[in-house]
Amino acid sequence: MKVSYQWLKEYLDLDVAPRELAEKIARTSVDINDVYQPADGLKKIVVGKVVAMQDHPNSDHLHICQVDVGEEQPIQVVCGAPNVTTGKKVIVALNGARIADNVKIKRGKIRGVESNGMLCALQEIGFSDKIAPKDYSAGLYFLPDDAKEGEPVFGYLGMDDTIIDTDVTPNRGDMLSMYGNVNDIAAFYGLQSHFKELPVEENGTENTGDLVSAKIDDHKIAPTYKLRVIKGVKIADSPLWLQIRLWNAGIRPVNNVVDVTNYILLKYGQPLHSYDYDRLPGHDFGVRHAKEDEKFTTLDGDEQTLKANDILVTVDNQPVALAGTMGGEGTAVSDQTTTVALEAAIFDPVMVRKQARRLDLHSESSMRFERGINPATVETALNEAAELIKELAGGQVTKGIVTGSEKSAADKQITLSLAKVNHVLGTDLQMADVEDVFSRLRFAADVKDDDQIEVTVPARRWDIFVAADLYEEIARIYGYDNLPSTLPVMTRNRGGLTPRQRFIRASRHDLEGMGLTQAISYSLTTVDKAKQFQIDPVAEPMKLDFPMSSDHVATRMSIISGLLIDIAYNVSRNVNNVALYEEGRVFLPKGGERPEEQEHLAGAITGQMLANDWHTEDRPVDFFQVKGIVERYLHNMGLTGKVTYVADQSRREMHPGRTANILLDGQLVGFLGQVHPSTAKVYKIPATYVFELNLESLIAAPKVANEYHPISKYPSITRDIALLVDDDITNAMVMDVINKRGGAFLKDVHLFDVYSGLHLPKGKKSLAYTLTYQDDNDTLTEDQVNAAFDKVTKSLTDTLGAEIR
Amino acid sequence: MGLKEKLADLRQQGLQEIENSQDLKKINEIRVKMLGKKGPITNVLRGMRDISVEERPKVGQFANQVRDDLKTAIEEKRAALEQAALDAELAAETVDVTLPGSPVAQGQPHVIQQIIDQVVDLFVSMGYEVAVGDEVEQEVYNFEKLNLPKDHPARDMQDTFYVTPSVLMRTQTSPMQARMLEKHDFSQGPLKMISPGKVYRRDTDDATHSHQFNQIEGMVVGKHITMADLKGTLETVAQALFGDKLDVRLRPSYFPFTEPSVEADITCFNCMGKGCAICKHTGWIEVLGAGMVHPNVLKMSGVDPEEYGGFAFGLGPDRFAMLKYGVDDIRNFYQNDVRFLNQFDEKG
Ligand SMILES: [Zn+2]
Repeated sequence: MKVSYQWLKEYLDLDVAPRELAEKIARTSVDINDVYQPADGLKKIVVGKVVAMQDHPNSDHLHICQVDVGEEQPIQVVCGAPNVTTGKKVIVALNGARIADNVKIKRGKIRGVESNGMLCALQEIGFSDKIAPKDYSAGLYFLPDDAKEGEPVFGYLGMDDTIIDTDVTPNRGDMLSMYGNVNDIAAFYGLQSHFKELPVEENGTENTGDLVSAKIDDHKIAPTYKLRVIKGVKIADSPLWLQIRLWNAGIRPVNNVVDVTNYILLKYGQPLHSYDYDRLPGHDFGVRHAKEDEKFTTLDGDEQTLKANDILVTVDNQPVALAGTMGGEGTAVSDQTTTVALEAAIFDPVMVRKQARRLDLHSESSMRFERGINPATVETALNEAAELIKELAGGQVTKGIVTGSEKSAADKQITLSLAKVNHVLGTDLQMADVEDVFSRLRFAADVKDDDQIEVTVPARRWDIFVAADLYEEIARIYGYDNLPSTLPVMTRNRGGLTPRQRFIRASRHDLEGMGLTQAISYSLTTVDKAKQFQIDPVAEPMKLDFPMSSDHVATRMSIISGLLIDIAYNVSRNVNNVALYEEGRVFLPKGGERPEEQEHLAGAITGQMLANDWHTEDRPVDFFQVKGIVERYLHNMGLTGKVTYVADQSRREMHPGRTANILLDGQLVGFLGQVHPSTAKVYKIPATYVFELNLESLIAAPKVANEYHPISKYPSITRDIALLVDDDITNAMVMDVINKRGGAFLKDVHLFDVYSGLHLPKGKKSLAYTLTYQDDNDTLTEDQVNAAFDKVTKSLTDTLGAEIR
Repeated sequence: MGLKEKLADLRQQGLQEIENSQDLKKINEIRVKMLGKKGPITNVLRGMRDISVEERPKVGQFANQVRDDLKTAIEEKRAALEQAALDAELAAETVDVTLPGSPVAQGQPHVIQQIIDQVVDLFVSMGYEVAVGDEVEQEVYNFEKLNLPKDHPARDMQDTFYVTPSVLMRTQTSPMQARMLEKHDFSQGPLKMISPGKVYRRDTDDATHSHQFNQIEGMVVGKHITMADLKGTLETVAQALFGDKLDVRLRPSYFPFTEPSVEADITCFNCMGKGCAICKHTGWIEVLGAGMVHPNVLKMSGVDPEEYGGFAFGLGPDRFAMLKYGVDDIRNFYQNDVRFLNQFDEKG
């Protein structure tokens, strides 16, 4: 709420500067969006009187005006406004002035005629189109006739006020009124409030009840509903003081009746609605839910199509307003209005909120209904509005209020324990301190004994229900700054990461160490992408009921597809070497209420791991580089089980000849390989290699215990062997034979060459290995090694048809 | 010419030759020529028989002296030549040390991960456990058990991706409050937990909104947990993350699941409190939301609010990262442009 500092000063003897007050409000009541003066950034803008004017010789709409700005001679100003009139007091930006949007005004010539300044509309000195009064929306604003030439205009327009723009949390609806602000500020500064209510003096002869009736069938919609009638009003502009109150609060002045209702809304937080009595379809007011598809034209001229949960104010069952949200075009107060029916009500916060939200009709009124209304001031506000209308627009306030429903404005009693207060806040308050807080808040408090105090919470603080709410009142009025600052007393909690959390963190660090950068992609994706690259495919992903965008409708079942989107994003920006990994959840529907959430780890690499360099050869990423990363990672994680890589052709999104399933002790835990060129084309990415691992399986798998293996002090002996084998004999098959037939002293087998092509028979390839033999307890003899080596050689020949080269 | 004079001549001549030699080969030749068995010194000594017996030892001694002098000169020259050869070889191996070093593959943690880890580590050091919840949550845990019944206005602020009427993408990490309260064995001491993770809102992505972002939730519930403890904890976090030169202020706020509720602001690190665009001219930047756990939340999770109480707080790593590094578009975090990601080295 835009709170006027000058208005506050009418009710409180404030001796603090506005900024200091705002800081205190932020620390004690509600947050502050901004503190500003409407005149901020403006200068040399003064009152001027147009003393003479003539048409511009070179223009059909410009005028040459002589303007008295309090100097010896009037100044000459060329002006294009249609309403410029001799004798009127206007806003003059002098030579050197700053006006809205930091525009500087300079002396100059307009179509050959000298102009020493500018006559301004309100918009030109910073008023928004939404706030400037309609009458002046297309021309100059006329200042009061008694404005003194040459004086700054700011004081006349309330622009020297300071506005404290508060950001009110949903619970503090009371702070959406001057009344609530005054009460809170009085409490935290310990000030006396001079807030004044204006009582009504009914001067009419008729009874209100003879003019209107109100029958509220559903008290849920309108727990309080009251009407007054003012007859014989004369619609006109409001006095300037009232207009200033409104525009400084961000509300456009309209006419004396509507302005009064808005003024009361600001003062009490009570929205009011004024109807043109003579344009009502009858005289019997009520409220009801709308009919499905019922039509209603709001006063902004839009025809609204309603839903059954919308709420309406009706007269003779005809809709006349969207309750709490916006009035109807047909019954709005206009220049011709002479009799006004004035409504003060409380409408259901939830119903108003839903209606305003659905129709996008948020207003000062709906905002207040949504956060609740003080039941204690509904009638006060209605009376004061009637009295002010009578004073400003004339007319007779008829006798009595018509009441359709009335919510109780009873106080609430809450008993507090001083010990508990101190226990919750960590303070050492005395009973007198607590009493002081409630006396400042003007909550009655009755001390029962050393510990118990009964607090009476008035209706104006409808946000307070339980003891905890009062702890907050004590804490904030006592001051959060005054609370001690401690840490929870030491307990026996050990804290720390679980083994699972440590495993995940180690996985991340491991991949980063190998050159992959962590990505965080979106979990929500398209159905097609959600289904791609699954380790162990599930048919359909979990889908959102009501998605926001077609790109994010289902939860991912693999991480790779998101990484490919990231790669496409990079490649399209000419970043061609990308190595990313991601660790996070995938969501696998398996028949339960919620999908199974699995932690996965995936990587995607395109281009080169290392950028081109003067010193190293180009090395585009390939299958074996990615496999090396996966192998090293799985090694580092210390799994006891046996990891194997099995060629796989079943994955549609993967290259059929360059994809391997990753098995841990025969159980599928992931896969790696090249993205199928056709899939890559759809993603608009070049050749990309990927892997994905199910971390759940890896976390659950047994790990190697860290134990020491003594290093043999006896020498090792190596033998190299080169095999010529058929193309379909795999390294795994050869390794299998070597490991099985290698004998007790075979310590290591290292593949050091793979060759096929030139110089070899067609359909053959050459594989070369180094075998290392060592005995932990003795020196091996050449004979022992030769015997073992011959055995392996023979097995390779016999079982794989290998030719030893 | 006496033998001595001949020997002196030989020495003079040898030293001259050694001095003049330019390579190791030549030095070797000189050594063989001068000091060999058939060399000139041996030759001169053959004339010993012609001199007196008294003179002989003196001449012999002198001959040895000459031999030693030549040997020394040869060794010195050899060492000098070897050093020169090595120097030349090394000179030929000289590299341009200003050429760039070979690149080493090194990945980076995501900037948001860095912040999450930093916060998690801080709380772990204070004895908190880390509880990671599901991202697809039951509505009861996301709302009802957090004192957010149907039609609560705060639910509008968190527009939700529903899957079914009872299942949704969690809008906050706060469901872990209720889940942990239900699970914790209070006979073993207070509950101290921190819960980082992804959350989702039904929002259109733009510079300041993202349908996916991160939160870190923290909660301590026990028999003797006070609002002063909350204040101390928030000050510790804010200063650990943003520096201890900044002031922390608490101000009242509103969350349905805490009462009292507060927000913690720190001095704007951009303007040091003077007011600037980043802090919207207030001099303060909001970094944490917190409060004392609402008795209704405790009650709904089966914890007696008369006996137990505590505090909860939440913070947004995305927002932290935006503030800390001046990132002006939240989408940067999820597009994973490597040029963006690699800007945040892990010095913290
Ligand atoms: Zn700042």
